[in-house]
Amino acid sequence: MLTAAVLLPLAGATALAGWRRLSERDARRLAMAVSVVPLALLVAAWLRFDRGSPELFQLTEEAPWIPTLGVGWRMGVDGIALAVASASAVVFCAAIAYPVDTMGRGRQYHGWLLFLEAVSLGLFLTTDLLVFYVFFDLSLVGMYFLIARWGHGQPRVAALKFFLYTLSGSLVMLLGILGLYLETDPLTFDMATIIAEQPLAAGGARAGLVLLALVVGLAVKTPLAPVHTWLPPAHVDAPGPVSAVLAGVLLKMGAYGLIRIPFAMLSDTFADWAFLLAAAATVSVVYGALVGLGQSNLKARIAYTSINHMGYTVLGIAVAGAAAGNADARALALTGATVEMVAHALITGALFLIAGSFWARTGDYELGHYGGLAGPARTLAFATTLASFASLGLPGLAGFVAEVQILIGTFAVYPVAAGVALLGLLVTAALFLQMLQRLFFGELPSERKGFPDLRRTEAAALGGLLALVVVIGVYPRWLLDLVQATSRLMIGAG
Amino acid sequence: MPVGEVAGEITVVLGAAAVVVTALFTGRGRQWLGAPIALATCVVSAALIGSRLATTPQKLTWEGAWALDHAAGWAELVILAVTAITVLLSPEWLATDARHGEWYALLLLSAAGAMTIASAADSMELVLGVLLSSVTGYVLAAYHRRSALAVEAGAKYFLVGALTNTLLLAGVVLMFGAAGTTLYAETGPALAEASPTVLVGAAVLVTVGLAFKLGAVPAHAWMPDVSQGSPAPAAAFLTVVPKVGAIVGLARVLALFPDGAVGWRLLVAATAALTMTVGNLSALWQDDLRRLLGWSSVSQAGYALMAVPALGRSEAAVPALVFFVTAYAAAQMAAFGVVTELRGRTALHDYRGLGGRRPALALALGLALLSFVGIPPLAGFAGKLLLFTAAIDSGYAWLAAVAVVNTVISLFYYMRVIGPMVLDPAPASVPVLGRWAGAGTAAATALVLALGVAAQPLLHAASGARLLP
Repeated sequence: MLTAAVLLPLAGATALAGWRRLSERDARRLAMAVSVVPLALLVAAWLRFDRGSPELFQLTEEAPWIPTLGVGWRMGVDGIALAVASASAVVFCAAIAYPVDTMGRGRQYHGWLLFLEAVSLGLFLTTDLLVFYVFFDLSLVGMYFLIARWGHGQPRVAALKFFLYTLSGSLVMLLGILGLYLETDPLTFDMATIIAEQPLAAGGARAGLVLLALVVGLAVKTPLAPVHTWLPPAHVDAPGPVSAVLAGVLLKMGAYGLIRIPFAMLSDTFADWAFLLAAAATVSVVYGALVGLGQSNLKARIAYTSINHMGYTVLGIAVAGAAAGNADARALALTGATVEMVAHALITGALFLIAGSFWARTGDYELGHYGGLAGPARTLAFATTLASFASLGLPGLAGFVAEVQILIGTFAVYPVAAGVALLGLLVTAALFLQMLQRLFFGELPSERKGFPDLRRTEAAALGGLLALVVVIGVYPRWLLDLVQATSRLMIGAG
Repeated sequence: MPVGEVAGEITVVLGAAAVVVTALFTGRGRQWLGAPIALATCVVSAALIGSRLATTPQKLTWEGAWALDHAAGWAELVILAVTAITVLLSPEWLATDARHGEWYALLLLSAAGAMTIASAADSMELVLGVLLSSVTGYVLAAYHRRSALAVEAGAKYFLVGALTNTLLLAGVVLMFGAAGTTLYAETGPALAEASPTVLVGAAVLVTVGLAFKLGAVPAHAWMPDVSQGSPAPAAAFLTVVPKVGAIVGLARVLALFPDGAVGWRLLVAATAALTMTVGNLSALWQDDLRRLLGWSSVSQAGYALMAVPALGRSEAAVPALVFFVTAYAAAQMAAFGVVTELRGRTALHDYRGLGGRRPALALALGLALLSFVGIPPLAGFAGKLLLFTAAIDSGYAWLAAVAVVNTVISLFYYMRVIGPMVLDPAPASVPVLGRWAGAGTAAATALVLALGVAAQPLLHAASGARLLP
């Protein structure tokens, strides 16, 4: 079932690449139809998932691939993987359905998006380290072409910067993975085995270096300041739905990898250095918020809030992995980090889609060139306001559920970090309120007269994402129970 | 004498003789007849060597002068496959050359030389292989006698080659002087008691001598010129075949040196780091695709050398060595196959928009270059994965880190090719060479994919490879 969720979009991508006579409209329809299937499969997996099971990975599937090296096509999920994968599938459905100028190459555009969906889901669903790496790298290739071909501004420069920067991150991570792999006996890339064996538990310089390589490699993709500089240009110059995928799915790969690899497989060494990671995350939280406040470009502003939010996620992970503090608080922080990933995927996905709508209408991201749009574009104003409030952590919406858990957990372990991170929350609130005010209130500039409201497909895609944001905010139990079961299992809180 | 055990190698030489005789007695219109003969020779020889790999144990033969181990056998199979693909690329390319029958004989003899380098377990045998491979290589490089570029490439190849072959000979003489024998099996134990000064001299000279065949620093200067100026099929052949033979030959001879006194591991590790860095930095701003491929080939030699210091310290070393050069060979043949199929077009800006007009060729070139970077699941990824594993496992993690930095640098110039090729508007028309060259390119591209996705059978075979003595 999990394998099918990966291979079907891949088959769809291949079909779109090879089927030359397919019309633009049919290509989009085909992609939309295919993108719904993995979501349905993941919902089914959700229903079959046993929350009381003592096994970390469930619904496992395995086929040999390169047994000589201990590599296998291993699939399986825990609550964290399932939650993040499902959120990714939702973002992909919305992104593929969202109308965008495909420059007469709709077939290729949708093919690449489906390819990216396949590798993203593969990354979240695999339980083999090498397969994880393979998908990690392939996501870069897909994203490069999507930004370079369909972006605006200086898309090729932005895409190349993204590719170079994140490839260096992934290669550093590969060195770490190999350092870990060489300590297993017999040699294997099977995550479940490595987690059980805890190689390098003895610590020492080697364990420290492997941890450093893994964390630095993954931090580039997350991204944490100061290795985030690829992100703003990539986001600003990418088309809206691609930005949504980049923020909603690709950034999660870094944070998810942190949970999956160093946190789970090097837990002792991770605990030794967790305070440093927490400090870096806190810096990211504040830095992302402050720099975001200074941006007058709509998309750059949202991009920097991504750094802020991923900072919260990493903070939660660092707290969860710390040696001090009680286990319940740490499990809470890990749950919070996972829910933050889900919430950020949905919320920031929606915000970037909205930014795409602005670009499609005017070709302008400059906040100062807008104003008073609440009149002509009511639905757009409503959707943007809801997404912004969710992003700044208003109670009753998904972002709040996540951040409150992270902060409570952090208070129990690193009270200072929690205090500083709260500052970030304040700045984000200011940042979004100011953005809303500039876009929708005040005087409508004359060149913006007749600014069209959201079209039906746009509204439907955004509605789907934001409805989930509200549902998680109002009734989060169905999600929390699933994630909490895994968090407790991973932390050993019983 | 156990002739049967080297039947595959003898077949290649006999095939070359058959080609020469055929070329002598056929008219100008039928010079292409050499191609099918050469192709058949490659197939028969590969079948013989393949069956030997499956049945004969890994051992030395011909009184210890020739190694029948799997590292050698594997290298020979790669050399034969590359030769066969070169033969496919040749007839249409040389169609305007009225007397090109002996071209195929030169290819086969050069392949035999490289096979000898890989299999030699005797230092004189090694020199013989290097000389055979070099002499034929000079002619192949300068085969277009009226092209100034080709003649320049051949002259440069010859000058660097003459110097480094002499240095190799000097190194072999030092080894012989220290050990009193040319047989590897006896040289190894004897060198353990030799004076360190002599050993250092011998190790350095032999490394420099074989660095020429490998295209590694400090004897790499011919690589970009041959790559750019030689006939495209010869450029493909010369940037791959000698390298495959030389990396195995170098590994075999260096493993003879005692560990402590000489520091040969550090010497090779430093050479590897320097080679990949020089190759990559020189490739960065090339405006000529073939020259860029030449420099990239230098950097790939640097990666391949990473496996040598790990010999005897990591089980992954020999498999990494043979698998990486196999992956490199497939990708380089695919890239030069595209160049050949596009009638040798060479300026980087001529490749703009190729994806719109010739998607299959653009795909082949793109896959080849991404395989050089090591993007999974292509062949180059499996090769680099093994190399990194061997390097970290043997305590050369710093070398793996240098390789990582180099890989990121290399992505920049490979994307300078791929980006415009895919993204720019398509040109009006792109003439191609013909079906045979297309088939050769397709075969190499299929290997780039298959060696990565279906790596298991080959990796399994490679995991048993040994390096005798």
